[in-house]
Formats: sequence, structure tokens, C-alpha cells
Amino acid sequence: MERPFRSGSVTRLHQDRSLLRHAPLVMLGAMFIPVMAGLAGTFLPAIGYFPALGGDSLSPGPILDLVRWPGFFKAGALSITTGVGVTLLSLAIVILFTAAWQGTRLFSAAERLLSPLLSVPHAAAAFGVAFLLAPSGWLARVMSPWATGWTTPPDVLIPQDPWGLTMMAGLVAKEVPFLLLMTIAALGQTESIKSRTIAQSLGYGRTWAWMTVVLPRVYEQIRLPVYAVLAYAMSVVDVAIILGPNAPGTLSAQVVSWMSDADLALRYRASAGALAQLGLVGGTLILWRLMELSVGCAARRWAYLGRRMQRDRVLRHAALLGAAAPILAVLIGLASLLVWSFAGFWSYPDVLPLSFTWTTWLRHASDLRDPIMETVRIGAMAVGISLALTIITLEAEQRFNLKLTTRRLGLLYAPLLVPQVAFLVGLQTLALESGLDAGTAAVTVAHIVFVLPYVFLSIAGPYRAWDARYATISAAMGAGTQRTLWKIRLPMLLGPLLVAAAIGFAVSVGQYLPTLLVGAGRVQTLTTEAVALASGGDRRVIGVFALTQTLAAAVPFMAAIALPRFFWRNRRALQHR
Amino acid sequence: MMVRPRAVLMGLLLAAAGVLSPVVQSAHAQPAPPSALPTDWAETLRAARGQTVYFHAWAGSTHINAYIAWASRIVEQRYGVRIEHVKLSDTSEAVSRILAERTAGRTTGGAVDLVWINGENFRAMKENNLLHGPWASTLPNWSLLNADEHPELTTDFTIATDGLEVPWSRAQVVFYYDTARLEEPPRNMKAFEAWLRDNPGRFTYPLPPEFLGTTFLKQALYGLTPDPEELLSPATDANYARVTAPLWNFLDRITPLLWRRGRAYPPSGPRQLQLMADGEIDLAISFNPGEASAAISRYELPPTVRTYVMEYGSLANASFLAIPFNASAMEGARVVANFLLSPEAQARKLDPDVWGAETVLDVDMLPEREREAFTRMEPGVATLAPDALGERLPEPHPSWTERLEMEWSARFGVGR
Repeated sequence: MERPFRSGSVTRLHQDRSLLRHAPLVMLGAMFIPVMAGLAGTFLPAIGYFPALGGDSLSPGPILDLVRWPGFFKAGALSITTGVGVTLLSLAIVILFTAAWQGTRLFSAAERLLSPLLSVPHAAAAFGVAFLLAPSGWLARVMSPWATGWTTPPDVLIPQDPWGLTMMAGLVAKEVPFLLLMTIAALGQTESIKSRTIAQSLGYGRTWAWMTVVLPRVYEQIRLPVYAVLAYAMSVVDVAIILGPNAPGTLSAQVVSWMSDADLALRYRASAGALAQLGLVGGTLILWRLMELSVGCAARRWAYLGRRMQRDRVLRHAALLGAAAPILAVLIGLASLLVWSFAGFWSYPDVLPLSFTWTTWLRHASDLRDPIMETVRIGAMAVGISLALTIITLEAEQRFNLKLTTRRLGLLYAPLLVPQVAFLVGLQTLALESGLDAGTAAVTVAHIVFVLPYVFLSIAGPYRAWDARYATISAAMGAGTQRTLWKIRLPMLLGPLLVAAAIGFAVSVGQYLPTLLVGAGRVQTLTTEAVALASGGDRRVIGVFALTQTLAAAVPFMAAIALPRFFWRNRRALQHR
Repeated sequence: MMVRPRAVLMGLLLAAAGVLSPVVQSAHAQPAPPSALPTDWAETLRAARGQTVYFHAWAGSTHINAYIAWASRIVEQRYGVRIEHVKLSDTSEAVSRILAERTAGRTTGGAVDLVWINGENFRAMKENNLLHGPWASTLPNWSLLNADEHPELTTDFTIATDGLEVPWSRAQVVFYYDTARLEEPPRNMKAFEAWLRDNPGRFTYPLPPEFLGTTFLKQALYGLTPDPEELLSPATDANYARVTAPLWNFLDRITPLLWRRGRAYPPSGPRQLQLMADGEIDLAISFNPGEASAAISRYELPPTVRTYVMEYGSLANASFLAIPFNASAMEGARVVANFLLSPEAQARKLDPDVWGAETVLDVDMLPEREREAFTRMEPGVATLAPDALGERLPEPHPSWTERLEMEWSARFGVGR
């Protein structure tokens, strides 16, 4: 991490230098130690070593047992098809939409919708999609019976179809906003509009011009987020429980159910399954990389042909439809959660309930209190620690000229490329081995692994872009580095800091697996409670919990936007509008 | 009711764990001597104050969860005991946790203080000495059960409870159906099959080993097998195939006629409510005679739904509260159990707007004022009067449950 730097002459600085110099290492440690420890805790039982259960010799038994499980190949194949399908579809939508619409008012409108969409937790979005697409869902109700002839809901297996299509739809709806945000961030560094205009002036169609001259530069920068989407979609559990097939389930969902089985011997198989999931993700990432190379090669050859592709109207409208569908699905899904949470009796095929009532909210108000407190406690701690580590690291980088190079930045994404189940299973095993009680603190540590990268990535840009001349002036007026940090820099960066905190908090709110596995079922947040309700299928209560979960993630966002405007109402440039 | 299976391999596993781990031998030694605990109730109350009881209980129904939350508030106010409801989707999760702790040598300070249990989970814990006790008769409210007159409260799926657990609730199988779509429901298994043949896709049951799914298998088995009395003693390799053959033939015939052609099953009992409200099914099984009425009052079922029972009788059981051998809050757990047995808590449990589950108390023995809380309760619109609930069939020995679940998974599930 460290780079050689010229030793300063101010001796006073020496003390914090020694501490601060290691800040980047501490930050990476906070992310990597849990992941590495967890992977070790997964790997050893997978090869037969699990002293607490009497396994003290190495054997291929667990892996053979896993392969002999009748659903293994199907679950593995499902993991690959959903992962690759979701990533391809989301990427295609984002690329086409950006290529066709960047620079238009419509594109800016979509941009403004991104933050709220991103803050919607995966589980809530999945419930919304389920309410929309089910045979008795809103879509079928609106169309029935006049258009479809269905006087009773059709007997089709949706959601939970065996091919995982509903699950893919739910994931695409959440991954499109994420990739779009990453793409927009990358566009800032590529002079995209200028390049595209030049290409257009050479006669290229708008969409094709962008894809030829901008996409290669943009893709370079969004590659890691794309890999993160692939790894996530291959191994997601909460969305799979809500929308995915259950006979058999996806590999990761199956691993989680083995972990909670009464038959402790199944934990060997669970560990082997988690390891297999890691291998599957690794292998698929390599295949994806190979695909990138060959697609790049073919596209280069196609570009040399010099075809102008001017007629892209159909494509442009298809791109718009592709981007609008997931956004609408999430928004209408949330609306259906809202309607259900207030619904009196509501039978098929009525489009709206016969009556509306507060009773569901009143009945569950007291059940919401504890999960809300737990969610806020864990989120606040994870965000606080992540924010502190991030600022210390960035400050160290600045003061000692230690630069995280692009390649090292990749390290930040590394925890996001490891399937969650692969190391979380190991963390639970380690807790069992060591006799330590899993609790809120352990869950917070696991959340930091996922919160920290997002906090760092969202704040690093504005932090580095801060005009250092303010520091020079403040030093000239006699203020030390600490004082400059607290009195000038952080207040000026209030807006970006709050946004980073809000993003981190939303990430924490949405975490299902780290809370479930590390908390051993004893730490109950809004997310674990909401997903646990999935099996009961009581849409009114699900509506209450999923909406509360969405609010928990969204309220900090609103605060992050409102607070700087309030505090800096007399300093326009600091409002970060 | 409740208290999910899947302890299928538990016995084997325990044996294996015993062979594999030397730790187990030392831990096997056993339940903390009762003498270490206060014998007098005032002393128990004093020791319990300030304790937190981790109550592991199936949480598949939001209404039961709300009831437990209510009990938590009262117990904290009155006795200074905090209840943390650890929400299980399957009671075997708690059994697995206690087992893991013993295997790791933790004989005190365990994570589970009180567990809602019955059937094969109770058997697994009892046979492997994972339970604290006997303690049941030390509760002041024990006498209200009049247990001598009610043998079903001291046997759990044919296994003697031996004071290791106290009864908490009763359950009986009923079926509910929507009169708007189904006028005359089938009252035996033959009529049931004929109805399903005419109305394919209009029935399903929860995915075994979910406890209600397994219960449907047992209820159907009673209606199909010529030898129901054999279910009361352990299943053997000699009689199992013969006794259960009619059930498997029946399931082979009806599975293609089920909702989603038997390719998917609802994950839990409450999911059936949503399916019926959506008009996806016309008939469903329940383990709570008051469930349909309660659901109507919460708008979860149409007001046209009614309840009925099979003419050959309905499976009935009690479910219990037990304390693990290594519980951290022994006294607190007993205080909680005693409160849950109180007329106040039992009457509230009976209220169809709260939970609608039958009491285990002998109501006739209660003083006038307390009895009234039970008798003045209006049964819901879809609830059968007690004398219309028909014959109660006892739960089969747990060995039947285990074998049924295993075979069902092999035939119709996807294996674990």
C-alpha cells in the first residue's frame, strides 16, 4: 500500500504519520480478514476437517456427498444460467440505453430516478415483482377476465418457475439501476459526448457511434462492477427464496437450508456446496473474460468495415422500453406493496380491494419496533466505522502521497466478487468451533465488508477533487492539518459524506445473508423478518415489512439531500445540487 | 400442532456424533442436578428477575408471533423477565443448535432457554438427554391442567412426557373450503379423490416435511389404511410397507391432479389462505379449528369460507414447552412457561381474533370468574361447535412420521 515518500521536516507530524501511514492497510484488513477467515472456515469442513463435529481427518467425503445430491447439477446449472442471463440482459439494457439516449432530457430524468431505485432493498423489490407477476398478481388482475378470460387465476408456476425466469426478472430490475449508475460515473472521464459527436459527424448513427468510440473506454471502467453483478446474481439467496424455484432451489439457497438443518452432518455438505459455488463463480468469471476478449475481437473487425448503421430508430425505442420496464416494475411493485398493506378483503380478479383499512399497520406496529432498532443499530455502526476508515485512508493518502492505483482499487471490489455464501458459511462454522456467541457485533463486522467498498467508492472522487488551495490558505492562517480537516474540508464535503453514508446504510439495510448466517438467526433485522414472511405469503404483512424496509433505506437518502441544503442554505456551491 | 419434523436422521446422527467425538462423552454426563435450582416458587421468581429467556418457537404465523410479543410485554412488566422470540421456520433448528452445543461441550450457558416442541423433535431430545427436568409439576399453574384426567396432556405422540415438558396448546385437523365455489365438500378419502378428479388443480397441501404437510399425510393415512391401530406403536420394517401402501397408491393417483400438478407446493400452511383468497384452490387443511374464522376477520379469506371435518375423525394433538439441559435462564424459562399456562394467557390464546387455539386447561375446574373468560368467547363464523369436531385421532408414534417424510421426499420431493 505504502509508497516511498520524502521524510518531512516537521517532527510534530511524525506521531500521526506512523499511525496514519498504515490506514489503507487497516481498511483493506477490515474487508479482507473476515472474507479470508470465512473462506478458510468453509474450505476445511468441505474437505472433512470439522473438529466440533468430530471430523479431524481430511477426506473427499463432503464433496462426493454434494455431487451425489440429486439436485446438484441442476442447481449448479441454474446458478450459471441466472447469473449470466441477468448480467447479459442488464448490461445490454444499460449499454443500449446509454448509447441511444445519453445527452437527452429523458436520460437526465432516468439519472435522477437512480438513487431512489438503488436504495430499494433487493427483497422489497423482489416482493413487488412477485405481487406483480403472480398468476393472481396485479398484471393478471388488470387484464382479467376481459382480455384473458381467466375467471380464476391460471394454474401456472410463477413465481418460482423451475427455469428461474421470474428470479432473473427481479434481479434485472435491481441490477440495471446499479450498472447505469456505474456507467454514468465512468462517462465523466471519457469525453463521451464529444467523441460521439465527432463519430456522428463522420456519418455514423447515434447509437452505433457511441458503441464504437465510447463503449470500449466505458467498459474498461465498469468491468469490475459487471463482475460484481455476475457474482451476485449467481449466488443471491433472498431474491431466490422469494422468486426462485424451490424444487430444487438454487445452489446457494440450498446451502443455507443445509446450514439450518437439524442434521448437523449436512454442514459438511453445506461447506462443500459453498466451495462449489465459489468455484462456479470463479469459472464463470473466467469464461466471461474470455467472452469479453472474443466479443471485442469480433466487434473490432466489424468496426473496421466502417458500416454507419444510421437507421437505429427501432433499436433506440427498444432500448427505451428495456430500460423503462425494470424501473416501472420496481415502482409499480412498490405501489402494490402499499395497496396490499392497507387492503381489506381483496379477491381475484378485482383490481383494487373492496375496502382499505389501517388494521394491518396497527397490528404490526409493535412487531416492527425491535427489527427497526436492530437495523438502525447495525447500519449506523457499519456506516460509522466505514466512514471513519475511509476518511482516515483518504487523509493518509493525501498527507503522505500514498496513492491507491487503479489496480489496487480493484482490491476494493474483491469482496464483492466472492459469493457471499462462500465465506459466510465459514464464519458461522468458525463461531461454532470457537464457541463465540454470534451477535450484533459479529453481524456488523460482516456488514462492513459490503458497506465499506460502496462508502469508499462514493466518497473518494469528491474527496480527491476537493480544491487543495483551501488547505493552503488555512495553513497560511496558522491552522494545523487536523483543524483544516475538521473545520474546512469535512464541512465542505458534507453533501458527499452524507450521500456516502446513505448509500452505505442502504447497503446495510438490504443485507440478508450476512445477518442470517453470522447472526445464527438470533439477530433480526427488517430484511430477515421480511424474507422470513415469504413462506407465509400473507401479502398484507409482507407489504408492511417490505415497505418499512424500503423506508429505512430511503429516509437517509432524503436526509442526505435535504440536510446540506438546510445547513448551507447561504452557500449555494456547497449544496451539491 | 406445530413443531416441525425433519428430525429424520436425528437418532442416527446422535449416535454418529457420540462415536466420533470424545467431547460428547464428557458432555453426556448430564442435566444440571435439579437440586441446584430453587425449589420454592417465590425463590424462582426472585432468581428469574432480570433474566432474558430465548424462546425458540416456530414463527410461520404472524398472529402467533404477535401473541408471543404480547406475552413478552406482560412478563417483562410483571416479573422482570425479558423474552426474546427466536423465530424458527422449523423446530428442528433449535434441536440442531442444542445438539451442536453439546457436541462442542457447552453444558451450561446454552442459546436456547425455552422451546415450543412436540412429536419427533421431543422424542429426539428426550432420548438423547437434551432436556432439563422433570420440572413440569413444579409450576403453580400445573394443577389447572387436571393432568390426571387428561392423559393426552402427558403423552406426546404416544411418548410419555415424564414431566420434561408442559402442555401449552391443543390442535385438531379441520378442512376449510369456500362455499361460493364448493357446495358439498368430500368427507372421506374416496369422495375426496373423486372430487379432485372432477376439479383438478383445486387442492394442495404444504410441502412436507413442513409440519402441516406431514399432518396431511397422516390424516390421509388414517382414512386409507385398514390397520390404523398399528400406528400407535413404533413402525417396523415388517409392518411399515403394508400399513402405508394405500397412502402411496392414493398419492400416486392424486398428485397430477393437485395445484400446479404437484410440481410445486405451498411452503407453509398460511400460504394456503392466500391461495384460497386468490381463488387458486377451493379446499385446504388446517391444524387450527379457529383459523378460518380468524382469517375472515382479518380479510385474509372471503366471508363465504366454512370449516368441516372428515367423517372418520381428525388428527389431534397437544404441543408443549420444554427447557434444554444447558439453558442459560432456567428460572426465567419456568416463569414464562407458568405465565403461558395461566388462565389469562390461555383465554387470550383462545380468542379467534388473536390466535384461536384451544386451551389445555381444564376449564370446568376454574373459579367462576376465570371460567367466564373462556365460555363467553364467541366462536367465529366459520368455526365448528366443539361437539361438531368429531372423533379425535391420536398422533401416530414419531417413527411413522419420520418414515413418511423420508419416503415422501424420495417419491415426490427432490431429496435433501
